Amino acid sequence: MANIVAQSKNQLPTAPPAAPVPLKSLTDSSNKSLVGDRVYTGVIFAASLTVLAIIFGIVVLMFKAALPSITKFGVPFFFTSTWDPNKQIFGALPFIFGTLYSSFWALLLAIPVSLGAAIFLSEMAPKWLRTPVGFLIELLAAIPSIVYGIWGVFVMSPWINQHIERPIHDNHTLAQVILFQAQPQGSDMLAASLILAIMVTPYITAVSRDILRAIPRVVRDGSYALGATQWETISGVVLPYARAGIIGAVILGLGRALGETMAVTMVIGNSGNGLNLSLFAPGYTMASIIANEFAEASIEIYRAALIEIGLVLFLVTMIVNGFARVLVAYTAKDINSGGGRK
Amino acid sequence: MTTTTLHGGPSNVKARKATNILMLALCSMGAAVAIAALGLVLVYLVTNGIQSMSIGMLIHSANVMDPAQDGLKNAIVGTLILIGTASIIGLPIGILGGVYQVEASGKFASTVRFLTDVLNSIPSIVIGIFVYILVVVPVSKYANAHHLTNVSGYSAFAGGVALAILMIPTIMRTTEEILRLVPVALREGSLALGATRWRTMFSIVLPAAKSGIITGVMLALARIAGETAPLLFTAFGNNVFSTKLFQPIDSLPWSIFINATQPGVDSEAKAHAGALILILLIFSMSLITRYATRKSFMEDK
Amino acid sequence: MTTTAKVHTQTRSLSSAASSKTDTEAPLLNAMDISDLDFYYGKSHALHKIKMPIPKQRVTALIGPSGCGKSTFLRTLNRMNDHIDGAKVEGNVTLDGQDIYARGVDVVELRKRVGMVFQKPNPFPMSIYDNIAYGPRIHGVRNRKVLDELVERCLRGAALWDEVSGDLKRSAFSLSGGQQQRLCIARVLAVEPEVILMDEPCSALDPNSTFRIEQLIEDLASKYTIVIVTHNMQQAARVSHYTGFFLRGDLREYGQTSKIFTNPDDAETEAYVSGRFG
Repeated sequence: MANIVAQSKNQLPTAPPAAPVPLKSLTDSSNKSLVGDRVYTGVIFAASLTVLAIIFGIVVLMFKAALPSITKFGVPFFFTSTWDPNKQIFGALPFIFGTLYSSFWALLLAIPVSLGAAIFLSEMAPKWLRTPVGFLIELLAAIPSIVYGIWGVFVMSPWINQHIERPIHDNHTLAQVILFQAQPQGSDMLAASLILAIMVTPYITAVSRDILRAIPRVVRDGSYALGATQWETISGVVLPYARAGIIGAVILGLGRALGETMAVTMVIGNSGNGLNLSLFAPGYTMASIIANEFAEASIEIYRAALIEIGLVLFLVTMIVNGFARVLVAYTAKDINSGGGRK
Repeated sequence: MTTTTLHGGPSNVKARKATNILMLALCSMGAAVAIAALGLVLVYLVTNGIQSMSIGMLIHSANVMDPAQDGLKNAIVGTLILIGTASIIGLPIGILGGVYQVEASGKFASTVRFLTDVLNSIPSIVIGIFVYILVVVPVSKYANAHHLTNVSGYSAFAGGVALAILMIPTIMRTTEEILRLVPVALREGSLALGATRWRTMFSIVLPAAKSGIITGVMLALARIAGETAPLLFTAFGNNVFSTKLFQPIDSLPWSIFINATQPGVDSEAKAHAGALILILLIFSMSLITRYATRKSFMEDK
Repeated sequence: MTTTAKVHTQTRSLSSAASSKTDTEAPLLNAMDISDLDFYYGKSHALHKIKMPIPKQRVTALIGPSGCGKSTFLRTLNRMNDHIDGAKVEGNVTLDGQDIYARGVDVVELRKRVGMVFQKPNPFPMSIYDNIAYGPRIHGVRNRKVLDELVERCLRGAALWDEVSGDLKRSAFSLSGGQQQRLCIARVLAVEPEVILMDEPCSALDPNSTFRIEQLIEDLASKYTIVIVTHNMQQAARVSHYTGFFLRGDLREYGQTSKIFTNPDDAETEAYVSGRFG
C-alpha cells in the first residue's frame, strides 16, 4: 500500500545489477589505503619529532660550542667577575648577578600591580569593564621588546633620571643608602628593573586572573554568608585557595624576565663592574652581555664563554618555566576536583 | 555609635569597611597603572612616529650618505621576507605537528606537548645562538673553503630559520586546540564512508578548522615580526637593499635597534618611524584576524 | 484505564504491525554473521558472546533499553570502534564469509561495503552535490558525468531528489533535519554498499520526517541489507523482518520480528516489548 505509492514516486532510473558481482576480497586492495595512511602517520610523526630534534640540537650544539670555555674555566666561571676579552679571562658572575638582581626588583614592582589588576578583573570589575580592561592589559604583551627599548631609552630613563634619581642623589641622607649610592647616569639597574616590570605584568596578570576566575562561586559565597567584606573574602579565602597557582604565575613572569633581551640591553648600561648593589649603577644581564658582545667576539674562547652563558640562560629558564607550569597545572587540577587543601 | 559584636566586645566594623575600600582601591590602581604604562608607550610611539614619518621613509632604502634619501624600505621589505621565509619553514611543521597531537595519543604525544611548551619558553636570544651555530657558521666555513668572498654566513635564510623555530610551538598548540573543536561526528561521517584517515583530515577536518588555524598563524606572525634578538646573529641587518636569501637582510626591529643606539637626530627619527610602522603592522595583523574570524564563526552556526 | 489494559493494547498494535513483515521464505544467504562476539571498552566487558546472523536484503532491528550495547554492537560491524582507545574485539564477524577482523583486512574497503548512518545527521560543510560526491571521489571516480548521474541516482534513492534537484550547489546546512538525514543516507548509497547500518536514524527527527525515512527503509530493503538500532519498538515492528533484543550486553533473543513482538520465548524480552520496562 504505502510501499507501492512510495515506489512510484521515486523510480530509480537505473537499478544496480541484480546478479551478484564477484566480491572483492577484503584483503585485496589493502595496499593502497594502508600505504596512504602509513605515509600520513609518518609525516605527522616526523613533524612532531622536529620539536624534539630542536631541543636536543640546542643542548648538544651549544654544549659543544661552549666546551672550550667550560673546560678552561670550570666551575669558577660562575663565581669570578673578571671579564677581560684581551687577556682572555672570563667570569660570568656580574651577568648572573645582574640577571637575578634586575628580575628581583622587577618582580617586586610587578607583583602588586599585576595581582591588583588580576583581582580587579576577576573580583571587582563589572561585566562591561572586564573585556576592555583585560584586552588593554594583554596589549602590553603584544608590544615588541625593541619598542619598549626605545621608549625606555628616549623617555623613561631620562625621566626617572631627572625626577627620581637626581633628587634622591642630591639629598645627602638618602644618598647614603646603599641602594642609591652611585652617580645616576640614566642607563642603570633601576631603569632595567622598571621596564622589565612593565613587560612582565601582562603575563602575571593574565594567568592569575584565569586562576582566580576558575575558583567556584560557592567558595566566596561561604565567606560572604558569614558577614565578611569583599576584601576579607579575597585575602582570607580566595587568594589562599589560589596560592600555588599565583605563585606559579609569578614564577612564569620570572621566567620571562630572565630571558628578556632587547629592552634590557638598551637601558641597563652594559658597563661597570656589574656587581654594584645600587639601583643607580649600570649593570649587565646574561642576555644583555650576549646581545652586546657576541657579534664582536672573534676569538674562539671569547665566543665559547658567551655561548656558555647562553647555555646557562637556557637551562635556568627551562627549569624556572617548568616549575611554574607544574604549579599552575596543579592548582587548576585542584580547583577542578573541587578541593581546596587550605 | 558603638555597636557590639556577638561576643560582646567592641565592634570594628568601621575599620573593616575602611580597610575593604582601601584595598579594593589599591587593586583598581594596579589595573590603572598597567593601562597607564600602555598609554604612555603608545602615545609616545604615535606622536614621535608620526612626526618622523614621511613618504620618503617608506619609499627610500637606507642611505647613510644622504639623509634626504634615507628611508626604511629595505627594513620593511626585509621584515616581510623574513616572515615569509619563516612561514614556509614553520607552518608545515607546526600544522602537521598539531595534526599529530590530535591523531595520536599516548606517552610520546604528551611528551611532545610538554617539549613544545619548553621550546616556547626558551629565550629568543638562545634560539639565535643556536641557529648561528647551526646555519651561519657552517655556511661561512663553506664560503671560506671555497673562497666566496661576499658570503659571510649571515643570511635571511638563517633569520627565517630562527623565526620559524619561534613560530612552531605556537602554531602547534593553536592548531591542536582548533582541531579538537571540530565535531567528532564530522570525522566519523567521513571514516564511515571508507575514507582514509589522511583523507578525512585534509578534506574534512582541516577545512572545517580553517579560520581558527589562520587566526593562530596570524598571531604567531605578529609576534615574530617584532623579534630582534634572534636576528642579531643570523639575519644581521644590511644597509644595502637586498632580497637575497643568502645575504644578510635588514628588518624593522634591527633597523630600530641600530638607529636608536646611534647618536643623531636623523637616526632617532628613523627609529621612531620604524617603531610606528612595526607597531601598526603587528596590531593590524592581530586585530584584523580577530575581527575577521569573529564574524565567520557566527556565520557557520 | 488500568495498566494491564494499556499493555494489552500496546502489544496488540505491535503485533499487528509486526505480522505484516512475516518472512515466509527463509533468506538463502546471510550478508553478515556474528558468532562468539565479545567486546571490551578497556576493562569493561560491554558485549557478551553475541551470536546472530544478518540476513541478506532484509531489515534487522536491534532493540533494547539504553546502555544495553546495541549501538556498540552496530559499530563492531563496520569497525568504527577501531577509533576508540582501549576497544578490544574477540570473536567472529564475517561479511560474505570473510572475517572482517582478520589480519590485513582493508578497513577502507570494508566501510565501502558496510555503510553507516548516524543518530544526528552529520552532513559535511559543503554543497549537497559535494556531500554525495565525496565518497565516490575518494574511491577514485573523477568523471563529471558519472558523478552527476550517481548523485541523481542516490538522491532519488533517498527520496530527496524532488526537493533539492533545483539547486544542488546549496549548502547541506540549508536543509531541514529530516532532509539532512536523507542526504546522509544518499551519501552512503553513493559508495554502493551491500549493508547499511543505521544508528537510531530518526531519534533526532520530527514524526513526519521519521515517517518518510521509514518508508525509505522499506524501499531500500529490496536492494540492501539493513541493520537498524532503534529504541522505538513500534518503529522496529513496522520496518524490520528480524529483531534482536539486547539487554546489558547480552543478546537475549533473536528471531523473526512477528514472533519477537507477539510471542517471544524469553521472559525479559516479553517484559520489554510489553512496555514493562525500558
